[in-house]
Amino acid sequence: MPSLKDLRNRIASVKATQKITKAMQMVAAAKLRRAQEAAEAARPYAERMEAVLANLATAFEGREDAPALLAGTGRDDVHMLLVATAERGLCGGFNSSIAKLARDRARSLIAAGKTVKIVCVGKKGFDSLKRDLGTHIVKTVELRHIKRVAFHDADEIGSMVRQMFADGEFDVCTVFYSRFQSVISQIPTAQQLIPATFEGAGEGGADRGVVYEYEPDEGEILAELLPRNISVQIFRSLLENAASEQGARMSAMDNATRNAGEMIDKLTLNYNRQRQAQITKELIEIISGAEAL
Amino acid sequence: MAGAFQFELVSPERLLLSEEATEVVVPGAEGEFGIMAGHAPVMSTMRPGVLRVVRAAGGTERYFIRGGFAEAGPKGLTVLAEMAVPVEDLKADEIASQIRDAEEDVRDAKDEASRERAATVLQQLRDAETVLKTL
Repeated sequence: MPSLKDLRNRIASVKATQKITKAMQMVAAAKLRRAQEAAEAARPYAERMEAVLANLATAFEGREDAPALLAGTGRDDVHMLLVATAERGLCGGFNSSIAKLARDRARSLIAAGKTVKIVCVGKKGFDSLKRDLGTHIVKTVELRHIKRVAFHDADEIGSMVRQMFADGEFDVCTVFYSRFQSVISQIPTAQQLIPATFEGAGEGGADRGVVYEYEPDEGEILAELLPRNISVQIFRSLLENAASEQGARMSAMDNATRNAGEMIDKLTLNYNRQRQAQITKELIEIISGAEAL
Repeated sequence: MAGAFQFELVSPERLLLSEEATEVVVPGAEGEFGIMAGHAPVMSTMRPGVLRVVRAAGGTERYFIRGGFAEAGPKGLTVLAEMAVPVEDLKADEIASQIRDAEEDVRDAKDEASRERAATVLQQLRDAETVLKTL
């Protein structure tokens, strides 16, 4: 049975913890709004880019002179997984769910006899993958010093990926990130970057039938846009990630604050009960002392 | 008066401009071209340069843009630019530092093809600088 003093200390410490989680929740809420705005502002560019590329790509389907970034190398022996996570923890299952998705994919690829290379963007992904897949990690990119992801940060990663592809280091590249759905729901997602796939192709449908004049010709435009598209897609995943991270942290901290509140209530009840017992005990002692006289 | 059309200027970070315009002059990779309402569908890459917008509401705006492409379709004109800054906000040393970067790229290029590409970018940036000086 803890003494009254112990209980008082526990309550004080849980209260201090609750203050911290509460503050973190509010900071996350403020950051979330900004991150969400950034993610939404970046959407038109990425969507347009995708629609235009999808249009161009259909023209090149099955042609032999299609660029390697679109058609692939013709093999799928070496897979590169670009795992984008956060730099910080304390955000619920955010990092672990991305890492888990990437780990499952890596395991099934290894089981199928493929070579797997992992590039970690963000420290937390590296921390959780290095334990069992450490030998497959070829590079890590830290974004710790960056407060707000700008396009050139994504472009740096993009050019690294392009360089590795040009050097023949992998055949297929997939990026793992968390798609921001809402504050309480972020969906870990895998998106294939190389060879390029276009999931949003249907959206540009209205422009489909139009015959465009190309300047310079299709091949050159495609050759210029495909590398850029990689950076754009990475940029988009980083922004989605940033928003998801703050959302996950916000709900995790909200939970923590609530749990701390419940704990304080329980401890306070206990404390009062014990105090009452103590008083009763003292009273009994006084009364029985008086009666004995 | 010529008809107006929808014009959008988008950078990866945000939508910069979305409004009615009567004429837009785009620095295409193979030369500047003007787009007015009812233009035939065209898709073109761009070189670094100045994009001029004549707004339907009146007034002209100039943007310095770098990298990207322009797409004129039945819905209007969309310009996707990696970098877009209003000319008034552009500092001379920003361009100068970009030129320095490009010069480095040319020096560091490993093979002939990438050196040629870097040299083109450098040339385009120098052109853009001279254009900006005359404004």
